[in-house]
Amino acid sequence: MEYKDYYQTLGVARDASQDEIKRAYRKLARKFHPDVSKEPDAEARFKAVNEANEVLHDPEKRAAYDALGKNWRAGQDFRPPPGGGAHDFRFSQDEAADFSDFFSSLFGRDFRGGPGGAGTPRKRRGQDQTVRIQIELEDAFQGATRQLKLEVPEAGPDGRMSTHARTLSVRIPAGVTQGQQIRLSGQGGPGAHGGPAGDLYLEVEIKPHRHFTPDGKDIALRLPIAPWEAALGATVPVPTLGGPVNLKIAPGSQTGQRLRLKGRGLPGDPPGDEMVLLEIVVPPADTAEARRVYEHMAEQLRFNPRAELGV
Amino acid sequence: MVKTEIRLEGIVLDEGMAVTLAELTQLCGSSARSLQLMVTEGLLRPRQGQAPAEWRFDGVQVRRARRAQRLRRDLELNLSGTALALDLLDEVETLRARIRVLEHQLGTAGVEEFG
Repeated sequence: MEYKDYYQTLGVARDASQDEIKRAYRKLARKFHPDVSKEPDAEARFKAVNEANEVLHDPEKRAAYDALGKNWRAGQDFRPPPGGGAHDFRFSQDEAADFSDFFSSLFGRDFRGGPGGAGTPRKRRGQDQTVRIQIELEDAFQGATRQLKLEVPEAGPDGRMSTHARTLSVRIPAGVTQGQQIRLSGQGGPGAHGGPAGDLYLEVEIKPHRHFTPDGKDIALRLPIAPWEAALGATVPVPTLGGPVNLKIAPGSQTGQRLRLKGRGLPGDPPGDEMVLLEIVVPPADTAEARRVYEHMAEQLRFNPRAELGV
Repeated sequence: MVKTEIRLEGIVLDEGMAVTLAELTQLCGSSARSLQLMVTEGLLRPRQGQAPAEWRFDGVQVRRARRAQRLRRDLELNLSGTALALDLLDEVETLRARIRVLEHQLGTAGVEEFG
């Protein structure tokens, strides 16, 4: 197993005072709290910071950790000293369940929790877990089945932890939106001593799409149109998640105008809309013919687009 | 290492959800008392019901309650600090969503500088 440099994790010196450790911990806990942080590895960092604090804020555990010596480097292969860890340390399972093998080799991991000791193991519900899943916008529209690979720590009958790889095949229902959570009852951390398992929460993150941007259940689209379509009006095809539909553009339309295609967003009750933003695209004047058309327009239309600016 | 495959259908925490106070205590591991205080503080809003026994919370509130519970526990925040953090987090999320849409509307064309 890997040696953990708890001082490095908290960014403090080996001789840091308890106050310095507390300050460093509180600052990092705020920074990496998974509910606050946007860092991609926030969850792992938050756990690491908590584990480091669990050891360093307690003078007894800190002394036991320091006794390993200071020549270890983070990530170095670590073998616990003979005789095993210090077995007098006790934690609630909530705390210990997330800690590393390195931690449990030093401090044990028996969930005796409470003064009753080993004789009266208490039923404990497993921890809830939250996992982010990235899906395509098309999946949010149609629904999809996704494979999830999870590594789950599992407490054996002797209280030792082992890792259990699980593949979950999860149905993502149509109409999920950015940031929404899906609860999978009983699929979180295992319970202890006959307690029920926790729940697993999947937090949906919709990957950026080439054309569409979701806004809750609504979908935004920039629709390029030709100047004559805008000026004269036209019926043009518009892509939607459910396939192309025809959209009527009123004569005299301008760039920046927004049209609503009702019910063409993500499904739901009510379903979202597709918000179409018109954008006039000017054809290039790259042939003699095209230039003639523009010159003719300039002559005939006598149009000053800056009249409102007074120039 | 044991491998198992399980097929699952989850419940989306959305507006269609309606959980009671008792169910909410299960979902976020808080006491009914502490959830009632969150309602009093305006941190949680039941979708319907006057008396606590009649309260029903939708999925958005469930997510909020769970978040509140974790923030209180992990960062040792008091109730009004938690409410403030949640409101600010909501605002950040709303603004991020707005930015995504506005950036989309503006397109990716760069700005040409003159003079």
